[in-house]
Amino acid sequence: MYKIVRRKALRPTVTQLEVEAPLVARKAKPGQFIILRIDEEGERIPLTVAGTNPEKGTVKIIFQVVGATTEMLNHVPEGGYIQDFVGPLGNATETEGIKKVCIVGGGVGCAIAMPVAQEFHRIGAEVTSIIGFRSEDLVILEDEFNECSDKLYVMTDDGSYGRQGNVTVPLDEMLSAGEKFDMIITIGPLIMMKFVTLTAKKYDAPITVSMSPIMIDGTGMCGGCRLTLNTPEGPKMKFACVDGPDFNGYEVDFDEAISRGRMYFDYERHMHEKTCNLYKQADEAAKA
Amino acid sequence: MALDPKKHEMPAQDPQVRAHNFDEVALGYTEEIALAEAQRCLNCKNKPCVEGCPVNVNIPDFIMKAKEGDWEGAYQIINATSTLPAVCGRVCPQETQCEAKCTMGIKFEPVGIGRLERFVADWHNANAKEKAVAPASNGHKVAVVGSGPSGLTCAGDLAKKGYKVSVFEALHTAGGVLVYGIPEFRLPKAIVAREVEGLKDLGVDIETNVIIGKTLTVDELFDMGFEAVFIGSGAGLPMFMNIPGESLKGVFSANEYLTRSNLMKAFRDEPRTPIMKGGKVAVVGGGNVAMDAARTALRLGAEKVYIVYRRSMEELPARAEEVEHAIEEGIDFRLLNNPVEILGYNNPDDPRDPKNGFVRGMRCIKMELGEPDASGRRRPVPIPGSEFELDVDAVIMALGTSPNPLIKNTTEGLEVNRKGGIIVDEAGLTSREAVFAGGDAVTGAATVISAMGAGKLAAASIDKMLSGK
Repeated sequence: MYKIVRRKALRPTVTQLEVEAPLVARKAKPGQFIILRIDEEGERIPLTVAGTNPEKGTVKIIFQVVGATTEMLNHVPEGGYIQDFVGPLGNATETEGIKKVCIVGGGVGCAIAMPVAQEFHRIGAEVTSIIGFRSEDLVILEDEFNECSDKLYVMTDDGSYGRQGNVTVPLDEMLSAGEKFDMIITIGPLIMMKFVTLTAKKYDAPITVSMSPIMIDGTGMCGGCRLTLNTPEGPKMKFACVDGPDFNGYEVDFDEAISRGRMYFDYERHMHEKTCNLYKQADEAAKA
Repeated sequence: MALDPKKHEMPAQDPQVRAHNFDEVALGYTEEIALAEAQRCLNCKNKPCVEGCPVNVNIPDFIMKAKEGDWEGAYQIINATSTLPAVCGRVCPQETQCEAKCTMGIKFEPVGIGRLERFVADWHNANAKEKAVAPASNGHKVAVVGSGPSGLTCAGDLAKKGYKVSVFEALHTAGGVLVYGIPEFRLPKAIVAREVEGLKDLGVDIETNVIIGKTLTVDELFDMGFEAVFIGSGAGLPMFMNIPGESLKGVFSANEYLTRSNLMKAFRDEPRTPIMKGGKVAVVGGGNVAMDAARTALRLGAEKVYIVYRRSMEELPARAEEVEHAIEEGIDFRLLNNPVEILGYNNPDDPRDPKNGFVRGMRCIKMELGEPDASGRRRPVPIPGSEFELDVDAVIMALGTSPNPLIKNTTEGLEVNRKGGIIVDEAGLTSREAVFAGGDAVTGAATVISAMGAGKLAAASIDKMLSGK
């Protein structure tokens, strides 16, 4: 069992947890992820590491409530326990030789982008960050990004906060003005990463994307996380858990990844509704 | 004395019934049948059956005890060499091992050694009251990577000799392929859990959620005071065919499909871990894993399940009993067929059609057997112009696995072969000092019992190395 030592609601549906997991805390690097299970019956879900405290032996994760498991995770109180917490999985984000970087985060993907931006800042790279959200009530981690970025753009789709528009707007402006980055790193919804990649492509700018497909074990055994890279030598099957999660954006078949991500869409929605109803019933019973 | 020329049949659930439940298929001998079957053993002098067993269980001796109805005595004889009798009695391919060598088998059917082993182990589990006691410690610490058959065997053998053994398991439950791969209807998980508990009674520590190569490295294990490491990390990346359509929704590796059902319990109603249920399913491959996947699909409500295999019935590598059971349950064997493409839905009028991107069929080509290949089996050759479409909603690839790269990538000086298997010598020692390996991590996909044999060998080598210090 793994203790939730600290719980902080960043937004109504976005929560930060600090979990006691000393072995993971000692090892995890920016870009890596963990897999957790809430209880004996739980499904295994991957979540990216949003920070570590090796001295305290804790690992920070940030998640958005999107389904049954994240709904339940959001109901585990501070001081409570979750059944399993394993990692770190995947490879750390490559930082070598990168002196000037543009980090493009979208939604809760910003939680994953943040430690990557911090790491580049720590090693002395020039960091430009673009973070985008649907609307003001979903904006997270602005202060943290401010601290580690030389330049920061905050975007909202509806213009309720920061600048209106999606993350590709400032990226396109910078690239078209002749700005050169050693690497653009994008982390967020697949559709956003697809368009960030297309924007980078217009200017031949190198880009890394962080993939988080459906997976079970996270150690290469199940093959559920496979994706197709269109390499110069032809299409290649890769496993996000052991080969990634970072890939060259130019090569990733996003449409396939988007399609595969919706494999259990209807069932997941059904289970989320069912879970919400159970909590509602419990709340009402408690009131009565 | 007139000898019964035939093995006593294994009582089993009715095929029509069992095809819709996850309860164990084979019900096991009754005491009466077990006594009668034990009588068939000739107790011949040269004991060829023992040679046929990868861990050399003293088969005639245990059967002699069984003849007398001394089931506990029989168990103790098996237990002296095998760590997991209740498991082996269920999943060993006896027909190619002990029973293949049985003297009775020359003229008649061999003795049902596996069935007797299972009865003896189950009898012990149901009747033995005493727990195993941890022996006095010899002060040596050994780390075992992976809690599958090789790891559990290695840990058990060392613990019995007084070693302090810690087993590190990447998943949340101990047992490796015995819990994520082999289905409940063939190997109830309660049996595996019992074997694991038995090891804990012997003083073995089992640490789940620790991935060696990620959470800790092999070198760190030595820093932590372990004097030897056994790597039994098992199957790695699942293989695919490299044909178009393998990324469609509804295409699974057998590892994924079976893990969802077995480890994650997706076979239950409204499981927390989803799985595709129902429809028409094609399983590609002919091994035990293919049979397990096909029979799981059937139990999950598939209306039709095919085994698509490129060779013929004779070459099917699966255990004979599993093939028989699959046929009885109505699995449709499409032999001498090979997939060339998996076909997906694509509604040109509606890009938002929810069926888009899901499997709608599989194009196959008919094969014929040509000259024998390197494996000695006749090579299947495609028959030109014989392509046809199989109407299916899901495809499960059961083509084997390549060894897991996590440990190799993080352990300097650990040599692997061309296929990624860890290279070991005849003592199970790798290219790294005091690091041993065995099971699928060395051989690629093989059997439970051969992995156990490797775990046993490594345990003996580790004992030799450390006790000689």
